[in-house]
Parts: sequence; structure tokens; C-alpha cells
Amino acid sequence: MTVLPHRLAEAALGGQAGRLIDRTKTIRFTFDGKTMSGFAGDTLASALMANGVRVVGRSFKYHRPRGLLGLGSEEPNGLVTIGEDNRLEPNVRATQVELYDGLTARSQNRWPSLQFDVGEINNRFSRYIPAGFYYKTFMHPRAFWKHIYEPVIRRAAGLGPAPKEADPDRYEHVHIHCDVLVVGGGIAGLAAARSAMEAGARVILADENSRLGGVSDLNDEKIEGENALAWISKTTEELAASETVHLLTRTTATGHFDHNYVVMCERVCDHDPARLKNGAPRHRLWKVRTKEVVLATGSIERPIAFADNDKPGVMLASAVRGYIARYAVTPGSAAVLFTNNDDAYRTFTALYDAGVTLTRIIDSRPAPDSILTDKAKALGIPLSFGSGISSVKTEDGGKCIAGVSVTSLTGGGGLNRPIGAECDFICMSGGFNPAVHLFSHGGGKLIYDEMLQAFRPGETRERIRVVGAANGVFETAKILAEGISAGWSAARDALPKGAVKGRAPRPPKADAQPISPSEPVWFVPAHGEKNEGNKHFLDFQNDVTVADVELANREGYRSVEHVKRYTTLGMATDQGKTSNINALGILSEALGKTIPEIGTTTFRPPYTPFSFGAFVGPVRGKLFQPVRRTPVQSWHEDMGAEFEPIGQWRRPYCYPKGSERRSDAVKREVMAVRNAAGLLDASTLGKIEVRGPDAGTFLDLIYTNTMSTLKVGRCRYGLMLNDSGFLFDDGVTVRFADEHFLVHTTSGNSDHIGGWLERWHQTEWPHLKVFMTPVTEQWAQFALAGPKAHAVLEALESDIDFSGRAFPFLSFKAGRLAGVPVRVYRISFSGELSFEIATPAGFGQYLWTALMKAGEGFDIAPYGTEALHVMRAEKGFIAIGDETDGTVTPLDLGLSWAVSKKKKDFIGKRALELPDLARNDRRHFIGLLTEDPQRVLPEGAQAVADPRARPPHRVIGYVSSTYFSPTLERSIAFGLIERGRERMGETIHFAVGGTMMPAEIVDPVFYDKEAERQNV
Amino acid sequence: MLLLICPVCGAEGDETDFQYGGEAHIARPASSTPEAVSEADQYAYLHVRANPKGLHHEQWLCARGCGKWFNATRDTVTMEFKAFYKMGEKPPRTPRTRSAKP
Repeated sequence: MTVLPHRLAEAALGGQAGRLIDRTKTIRFTFDGKTMSGFAGDTLASALMANGVRVVGRSFKYHRPRGLLGLGSEEPNGLVTIGEDNRLEPNVRATQVELYDGLTARSQNRWPSLQFDVGEINNRFSRYIPAGFYYKTFMHPRAFWKHIYEPVIRRAAGLGPAPKEADPDRYEHVHIHCDVLVVGGGIAGLAAARSAMEAGARVILADENSRLGGVSDLNDEKIEGENALAWISKTTEELAASETVHLLTRTTATGHFDHNYVVMCERVCDHDPARLKNGAPRHRLWKVRTKEVVLATGSIERPIAFADNDKPGVMLASAVRGYIARYAVTPGSAAVLFTNNDDAYRTFTALYDAGVTLTRIIDSRPAPDSILTDKAKALGIPLSFGSGISSVKTEDGGKCIAGVSVTSLTGGGGLNRPIGAECDFICMSGGFNPAVHLFSHGGGKLIYDEMLQAFRPGETRERIRVVGAANGVFETAKILAEGISAGWSAARDALPKGAVKGRAPRPPKADAQPISPSEPVWFVPAHGEKNEGNKHFLDFQNDVTVADVELANREGYRSVEHVKRYTTLGMATDQGKTSNINALGILSEALGKTIPEIGTTTFRPPYTPFSFGAFVGPVRGKLFQPVRRTPVQSWHEDMGAEFEPIGQWRRPYCYPKGSERRSDAVKREVMAVRNAAGLLDASTLGKIEVRGPDAGTFLDLIYTNTMSTLKVGRCRYGLMLNDSGFLFDDGVTVRFADEHFLVHTTSGNSDHIGGWLERWHQTEWPHLKVFMTPVTEQWAQFALAGPKAHAVLEALESDIDFSGRAFPFLSFKAGRLAGVPVRVYRISFSGELSFEIATPAGFGQYLWTALMKAGEGFDIAPYGTEALHVMRAEKGFIAIGDETDGTVTPLDLGLSWAVSKKKKDFIGKRALELPDLARNDRRHFIGLLTEDPQRVLPEGAQAVADPRARPPHRVIGYVSSTYFSPTLERSIAFGLIERGRERMGETIHFAVGGTMMPAEIVDPVFYDKEAERQNV
Repeated sequence: MLLLICPVCGAEGDETDFQYGGEAHIARPASSTPEAVSEADQYAYLHVRANPKGLHHEQWLCARGCGKWFNATRDTVTMEFKAFYKMGEKPPRTPRTRSAKP
């Protein structure tokens, strides 16, 4: 086996290093096409480190080479693209990728290669491209933005490429309820989960890592006299054995929403893609509704802002400790450690024990004093107190660290006599931020803790408890006590009163190591030009420096929310997990205000990005939305109809024959109806039965016209307004009996109108004795239209007299046709003699076939929605959604004949009298004839007031419907034009593709103005 | 995501099982005095809403349950529902805000 350059020997740390790896199992993977090896248990990050890979990516804006910074989900630099082709996933944190055989990873944002990158030229000009550079520079000429600036900037700045192929994997959604949800499986979370379990609660414990225990394995502490790991495995076993506890690993709680609704994403197969073959979902989204939440989300270490603090090899101190303890790897062979707190001294111990040379410990505090610091003193490690790193010496084009200069931070100026220290990596620790993200999602207030120099949870409206490091508590004994107490009280509050008896269990005994307080260090002075701070990185992922924040302040951005947006600080995919507080420190000094006065920006879901697949879950393809089918749907499909979506329906648009073009099919269908007979599947029309003694009164309030005067057996067209006076639905109402009506609605609106009627009845007129039953799907309904409609019907057996005298226009008859029960309405949307025939849905297919067969001798043709629309336009009929857009009144449409003047009240009546709706210069519904009869106006084309004026034009209206009429052999259109009705005969101009298209304003009824054709 | 309980059928569910209907107890002037609705009354009825920071009475529909509209009192600061009551009923006297847990 090859010995990897940065892997520690098995014997290092007395065999304690590399707790998670199995040296007997070698794993092969590729990085940028190069084959490498690691061990089972490695992450991609630890394996790369073991292989001596220092540079894992290029930064977002300046293309600076970057190495790993962290150990887990906080990692800002190590973003890689995993997998290939349809399983390609960009922007994955290498620190969270568990190694498996055959894994392929690629670095991002570099060209042509990671080692040599053309875009790095940005770095040399970084002084000239500070915050706001794009806003200031790429302004003129305007057209350049879309075609030149944006594409170039997008290619140069950025993350990994999006996959081009459809995702082949399955994703799952799970809805689950529990009493107590514990987020985070460190010792605080384990303690909370166990005491909640002991209190009798149903518990879910979720952790983003592959195992429980959090970071306690890095702190070498004892619980009940044993190594913390022993307590962790014992507690984990107890929880796993309980039937009321659900343990979830590799599961990130990504967002907390109102009323304790928590969304979590479980990465089921990412660590072992072989499971996909067995049908496992790749990711599983857990939608948890819990009574109580315990957040034990731990803390995130902060970097320190010194010059060139982003060089590959500058890492968070606790992360370095983690790589040694878990994976037996180190970033190099000689380290310096730069800290403002005691915790980093634990890293010094780990490095010392691992045999890594520690050339110097640099502590910003003038006189730190604790057991941890004493150990360093005792071992004779070179120490610089009250000092900082003023510069970083690099080799190999900035890709390798060679050493640092250390300077005193005390006594003003402080840059005198820097001390050199050789090293090939740097461990830094600027203190710890409680991971308060989820707490903030639910509106929790944060308070600034001077001791921690960080925000920790304050008040919340949600039933949330925060424990352990997430609450700013860092001592093991206190963490355990807090976890147990919170778990118990959460269970008590979640369960019925009195269900939890007795007291919380006693917390286990644990070491309490006294630590000395940390001190803030927001900016470490540097030499010369670098003291400007444009190499002092705050946000590594978005390349935001101290200089950028100061510039934002100089340019007048005072609010932290504005600074965030101007500099893009904290707006990368890591949401500023490592950068937030450092930036506030800089802003605080620049503004001369304290951090609590400045406040912090809002954390928003997701905590870490998760896949679109998990988001979507099973709701894709055919499951995206249910498709409603009419009883004749299969017939349409068999006929090769082209469909168009109308609400959840798929209605036949036309029925092309053989290789017939769509437009030819529509023409043929129109002519069939005009000259012979056509059959339309109108089953999708909304149908609502309205019954009761007050049905007529109720409909009078709903419609603009009067329905109570409708005679039994008659039909009437009606308009529905909202109470703002705007038209939103129309249709024919039929009276079956004194107390029994049927309301037809448009196809797309049928569910909405059902709800509308219910709402008005329930909330405004509950005293009216009326009830509504939606029956849209209970009835199949067909329009038989055309001059030969009578003949077709006469070919079928029926007890109904269809003749014009017995069955006049706008009347209704019930009976039997071809042996099945029917309701027949003589109404017409095509202008032809037309019967709408309804039959119970089960007879629909039979009756349709019977009608088609009966019509064979009369050249009957099925027609689709487009032919229907062409014919209604020829006849001057409006269509809801074409001629209405929520701002159009019946008066605008010339439909005042359908608006009752006599009724005292109906929905929308009072609003129609409001001054704006009664204005005389509103846009009117009119017909349009283009000058060139063969040219069809584009839908939505805008009419201009003066075609000779220079743009921008004053717009006086638009085209609402437009067709080529086969009947008239010319183009026809409708428009809504300012004072249109007063301008009959006037030619107006539409702006179409850079030219003006003239059209004459005419009466909107283009065909059969006397309506003689339907009056047979 | 809010949790609601329908006071008519008793169903408990997510806000996606219900449908929000805006502020409750807004009188429609035309329903009582259709001939004498002033422009100001009509304007207020159509457009003026309380939008309070605090207790808000609002209409909800039990859309995936019994299909009935009902009223709810919600604290817009804490997002807590104080009461669910039937259409036509007056808002019940509501208790003070539950103290937030630390």
C-alpha cells in the first residue's frame, strides 16, 4: 500500500488518531480526473488532505486558490462537483462527502485547470474590483448588459455547472409527528433526547453527520469517569433500543417554520450509491410537526481577519484537530496556531501528540491563563502573547504557505520588529458562534453575549429550547445538565398535563475545565498596502474582505442589511456561517457603534442547501398535477386530437387528420359547423346545481342580471362580478323547477365559482334557504352545432321534439335520446343552431359515439376549442380570460344590457358607480379589421396613440383575441381600446416587431349580425 | 406553517388544508342599505383593512374538511391562534399572549 504524504502513522497518538477510518479497506476515487485512494470512513476532504491536495477550488470572484477551512457543514471553500452526467451534483461540500469506491469529484470555478487558472488575473486587480464594482461599472451602454457584460461575468464568477440531464433517482417525502424533536446529536442533544424519552415522549433526534456525538470526540473530556465516547455510544444504544425514539443521521434540519414545523433532508444514498439500485430514495425530505423543539445545533468556529488569511493551509483550529482525531491526517508538517481563546490550545495538544512541529503559538490576548495555556508554556512551545499574524509568506504562486510574520498587537502601531515563524499550515480560531440559524428561522430574537462575542438565543414565540453550545454553553457538565433539563421539560409540556411524573434524571458527572475568557480580535494590522484590508477575508465563499465592508460604510451604507446586500457578505451558499460576526466587528469599528446596536442580518432557510430532488419529492411527471378526464377522453386520444390544458383538464384543441396542419384542421372544423354539423366535448364546463326556496333570490345577488324571473324550462346568459365591479365569470343559467337551477361556469373557473357561491352564502347571506351542489363531473355534455343539427338528432330515437317551434332558442328539455336520459339546452356559443346535450357521465361515451354515428351521413365533424374560439370571435362573443383580466367591467365590454338597473343589490353593483369605473375614457371592447386581411394581429399587441411620435409611445389599448376567420376568409380581432366605441371606423396602429400595423375599429360582431342562423 | 382547528367539524390541519379569507367582521354596506352606500363607505369596505400588529380576526375556509367558512383570532406577532369560532359568532374574549419560553 502506498503511504500517503499527510496520513499519520497508525501508531500516532497511541493508536488514537483516525478513529473513523478503517485502514484495512482502501477506497479509490478520482479528483479532477486523477485517481487517488483513501480509507473507508474518510470524507472526500480528509482523503484529499491525505493525498496532499492543498488547493480544492478557486474563489468566486478573484479566483484565488483555496484549500479546506473547516470540518463539516460550515466549509466555505471546499465546494466540488460530484458524479457525472445525469447524476452530476455541483457545489457539494467536500467535508460532508463520505468516500465510496468509484466516487468522482471535480473542482469548480477554474479554467483551464485548478493549478493554473486564467481568471486569477482578477486577483491582481482586486483593488479595482471592490464591492459594488458591477453596479458602478457595467452601466452603459444599456444594451451591453444583456449580451456582453452579464454572460462574461456569469462565466467568470460562479459555482459548479448545473446538470444537463434529468435526474434518474427517486426522492421521498415523509410526514411525521412527534412530541419532542431534538436537532443535533452531540452530547447536549443526546442528553435531551434521552431524558425526553425517559419522560415518555415520542422523540425524533436528527443529526447532519453520519454518526452521533457531535464534536465531543475532539475535546478529550470525561463523562462519568470515562471517555465521552463511551457515554455517547451507551446513550445512542439506549435511544436506538427505544420504540418511541427515531434516530436520524445524515439528516439536516434545513428550516424551522411556524407552529413548530421543521423540514429536514436525509441523505439516504449519497454515501453508498449502490443502495439506489435496490430502490432506495436518494434523499428523503422529512416534514416534521412537533410539539416541542430542542435545538442542540452546536457552534461554528470563526476565522480571524489577517492579511492572506485565505491561503490554502489556513484552517480553523478545531477542524485541524478533527482531521487528526477522526481521519489521522494533517494539512502539513509544521504549524503555527493563532487564537484569541483557550479552545485552540486543544488543537495544539493534538498536534503535539501527533508529532507535528508547532513553531509558534500566537495569542491575541496579552496574558491568557488557564490549564490549557499552562500546558503550552510548560512544554516550551514558542509563545507570542498580545500578538497577531501580520503577513503570510507563500511559495508556488501562493498555493503553499512557507511561514508567517508575527507582530505585537499592543502598544499602538505594533508592527515593529516582526518575528518570523516557519510553517506549512496555520490553525486559527477567532472564537465560536452558537449555531442559532434554526432558532432565527422561527422569528427568535438574538442577544449579543459580550463574553462570547457572539449572538445567542433570546426570546422566541415558538416552543423551542436551545441547549449546549448553540445556547453559548461550552462546558461539558453544564451542557449535559442543560440537555437533560430541556429534554424533560419539553416532554412535560408536550404530553398531557400530569402525564410526566417525578423529576428529571440527574445529569452525569463530567469534568469541568475552567477556561479563561476570549477577547475580540476583528482586524490584524498588516504591512503596507495590505493594511487596506483587501486581502483580509471575511466571507471566503463570496470573496468579501474587510476593505469591502469599510468601503460600503464610506459610501454610506449604515444598516447591516444594506452592507450585506452591497458587499454580498453572507449571501453565498454557506450563508455566512463563518463570516457573520467578524463582519459585524469590522462594521462596529467603522461605525463607532457596538455590535448589539448594529444588530445582525436575518438567517433564512435552508441551513445548508439541499437538492431540488428532495424539494420536489414524488411530485413530478404524471404526479405533478392530477389530470381531469372527461368521459370521452379516450375517444379524443384515439382520434389523435391535439390537447390544450384548461385548468386541470386537457381539452382537444383540434383533431388533425393524417398529416393535416393544425391551422388547416381548425379551418376544416369551423367550416363543418358552419355548413353541416360539429360535435364538441363541453363536459368540462362547470355545472353547479342551486336549489332551495331562496335559490332565485340568491342568484339575483350573484349575477348582474335577474335570474328569479327566469321561467321554468328557460335558459339565460349571466355575468358574475366581484364586489369591486370587475367581471370574472359568465355562463348560462337554467331553471329546472321553481326552486331548482343549474349554473354553468367557464371550464377553468368551475371550482373557484363553487367556492365563491358557498362563501357568499355562508358569510353574507346565511339566512337564505339555498344549497349548492357541484355536478361538473356527474354530467357529460356535448354541443351539437350546425345547420344539420336537427337532422342528426332526428336520426336518433327520442321522446323530445327538437323542432324550432317546440324547442325554441334559450329553452331546456329533459327526456331520452338514443335510449339514455338527457338534459338538452338550446344555447349557442358558435352562432349556429346548437343543442347542448347533457347525460349522466356513465352514458357519455355511448351517447358521443351514437351522435357521431348518427351524423355520419351529414358530414359531422368533432371540433376542438380553437374552432370554438374562432366561431365565438366571428360572432362577437367575449371569452373570460381573453377579454377580461380582472380590471374590466361589463360596461367596458358593452354588456350593460346584461346588468340589471332595477335590482337594489348584486355583487359589484355599488362598485360600478365608483368614479373610476364610470369614467367615460375607459377602454372599450371593439372589433378590429387589419388593413391587410391576410395579416393576423399578434395577441397582446399594443395600440399606440400616435404612430408618428417618437417612442416611448402612449398606449391606448391592446389586442385581446385574434384569429384568422375561415368563414370570412380574413383576419379578425378584438381589442380593448380607449373610448373605442366612440371611434368606430377609425384606423389605429399597433406596434408589431418594430413596425406599425394599421387596423380599423369596427363592430365586434363580424358574422351573422342579425343572429338568424341560430334562429331556426 | 400554521396549524388550525375547524370549529365546525373539529378537523385539525396545516394551513394548506385551509384557505385564508382576509379580515373578518367587515360589514358589506350594500347588504343592509343598498340605496344609501356612500362612496366613503364603499371605499372603506373594499380597501381599508386593519392590518394590526397583534390580535387579528380573520376568515378561514375548512377547504379539505367540511367546506365551511369560520373565523379565527390570530396574534400577528406570535402567530398564535387565540380562538376559532363559527361564522356569525362574535369574537370570544381572548386571553393574553402566552409568555414566550426562553
